[in-house]
Amino acid sequence: MNRDHTNPEQGTSDLLKIGDRIFTSRLFLGTGKFSSLELMGQAIAASQSQLVTLALRRFDPNNPQDKMVAQVAQPGVSLLPNTSGARNAKEAVLAAKLAQAALETHWVKLEIHPDPRYLLPDHQETLKATEELAKLGFVVLPYVNADPVFCKALEEAGAAAVMPLAAPIGSNRGLTSRAMLEIILKESRLPVVIDAGLGVPSHAAEAMEMGADAVLVNTAIAVAQNPVQMALAFRLAVEAGRLAYLAKAGAVSWNAQASSPLTAFLSEGD
Amino acid sequence: MNQTNRETNRLQGFAEVFARYDWQETQRRIQDTTPAEVERVLQRAGSLSPLDFLALVSPAAQGYLEEMARISQALTRRRFGKTVQLYAPLYLSNECLNSCLYCGFSREIQRPRVRLTQEQTLAEVAVLKELGIEHVLLVTGDFSHQAGNQYLNQALEWVRPHFAQVSMEVQPLAQAEYQALADRGLHGVMVYQETYGPNYTQFHPKGSKKDFFWRLGTPDRLGAAGVHKIGLGVLLGLEDWRTDSFFVALQVAYLEKHYWRSRISISFPRLRPAEVGFSPPHPVCDSALVQLVLAYRIFNENLELSLSTRESARLRDALVPLGITSLSAGSKTEPGGYANPKAALEQFEINDGRSPKEMALALAQSGLDLIVRDWDPHFGLDPNFGT
Repeated sequence: MNRDHTNPEQGTSDLLKIGDRIFTSRLFLGTGKFSSLELMGQAIAASQSQLVTLALRRFDPNNPQDKMVAQVAQPGVSLLPNTSGARNAKEAVLAAKLAQAALETHWVKLEIHPDPRYLLPDHQETLKATEELAKLGFVVLPYVNADPVFCKALEEAGAAAVMPLAAPIGSNRGLTSRAMLEIILKESRLPVVIDAGLGVPSHAAEAMEMGADAVLVNTAIAVAQNPVQMALAFRLAVEAGRLAYLAKAGAVSWNAQASSPLTAFLSEGD
Repeated sequence: MNQTNRETNRLQGFAEVFARYDWQETQRRIQDTTPAEVERVLQRAGSLSPLDFLALVSPAAQGYLEEMARISQALTRRRFGKTVQLYAPLYLSNECLNSCLYCGFSREIQRPRVRLTQEQTLAEVAVLKELGIEHVLLVTGDFSHQAGNQYLNQALEWVRPHFAQVSMEVQPLAQAEYQALADRGLHGVMVYQETYGPNYTQFHPKGSKKDFFWRLGTPDRLGAAGVHKIGLGVLLGLEDWRTDSFFVALQVAYLEKHYWRSRISISFPRLRPAEVGFSPPHPVCDSALVQLVLAYRIFNENLELSLSTRESARLRDALVPLGITSLSAGSKTEPGGYANPKAALEQFEINDGRSPKEMALALAQSGLDLIVRDWDPHFGLDPNFGT
């Protein structure tokens, strides 16, 4: 199913607008799991991503010379601090405030996962934190299960975009929540960033063809044997998927068009 | 902790599951595993039951080490990426009321006893910070209960503001005591059963450690207290490692079901021959240790697997890329040892003396990044504490 409506808030040109910012790249990157910070920096450059997440638990907010921040802060790249590690709304709000002070950004990717194994989001706490952070003026991008009703609730709570998962984080399984993602894409008035579980560029292309506004990729790039090349591959896949979505692919049909139609007799003898 | 609570502990929690498995029967099942069973289990790698784990630690699985290594490495990279976390132990005291036959802190051994003061502790902290340490493990012997708990709270207060993550390896405590420490920002607790086997009391003849079931119930109390990380393990060399490790796997599976908010860490303390004059009755060779690490990873892709400086640089460099996700480096195992090294006080001998910086370089050779900081110090902290 294609997302067959144009979001009026996005305007006529193919730019992605989230909160107070405009993006030409629709590939967002995560920064965990790389074999070195240098390689991570190179992968970010190759991806041409303009929004890169950064876990607060990974850098030292009191150290302006932090190496992680230095590698991510490339020209044209905005930092998206995430609250990964927070297990409830209180911790996540605190993390967002610390990140705001350290990185001078009011953007936050809200991740609340009390479960340390699958890192699945806790929706009750996510809703609470979204409301609180939105009131404080944050641009909140919550990481959520592919739950269409909950995504609508987040709209009302003041989220700037929603980030539903394609599959459990790091699983590389692709669009396992496809049926629910299709409903979210159809119904959401916020940008939808499909996050987590995209394992290969074709998964990302497929998500973009479905009408996702952007995708976020981390493990698939970081864990590849050649992360820089894989970052480029994802960039191209996201661009291809977006172009295909805009080009409006022909309708998929289950039936071949019979060369001898079964109802041909009706016109026989005309 | 009164005796009544300790008694009920025998019938509750993991002890109840534990009682359903017989040591000899388990040992026999491991020995009887066929290669075909190993192959079947390997096909389902990543999320297996403790009974599948039996096949992975069996003698039959020794013929599959290379395949196990490949599977383990792939699972580890997918779940943890190309990273390994760094921690260092901070020994606060070598005082101990127990007389464990294998331990350098045993009260039977005549040696100077030390309990670090605040000033001495902060001197250690300064050296650790200089080394780049952000995750620290506070270690003590088992000293008298009341004094012990009070001291641990104090020590946590001294140390906590300086590190992203503070864990402990100390005597088993009561649930309320863990709760209080967790509220003050304690991240994890390591409490190794040492052995789940029938000879436990023989190795731990005196002191509170003699109480097998009080120790066995400790992870339940940790989970109930909401401690984020629970560290398990057996002291390799005391008993048949295959059978003993099965009980670890059994406890892992139990804890994950009951305390889903906590993550489990496994350590591999291995006794070497003639440590403090104690000859391990069941020495564990390198290939057995490797098999064990791989077995845990293939059993459960989410486990933190931790390897200390007890092991040699050569072994660590080869084994870490196959499944280890947490390492110590630059460790001293005597209280006060970072600021004033005195080998006469140490618990065990260090075999890998490389500094964290040297360790990071060695790991980079294997395409791995040594992660120094992976926790926000504000997470979980009681807002009324230390602010």
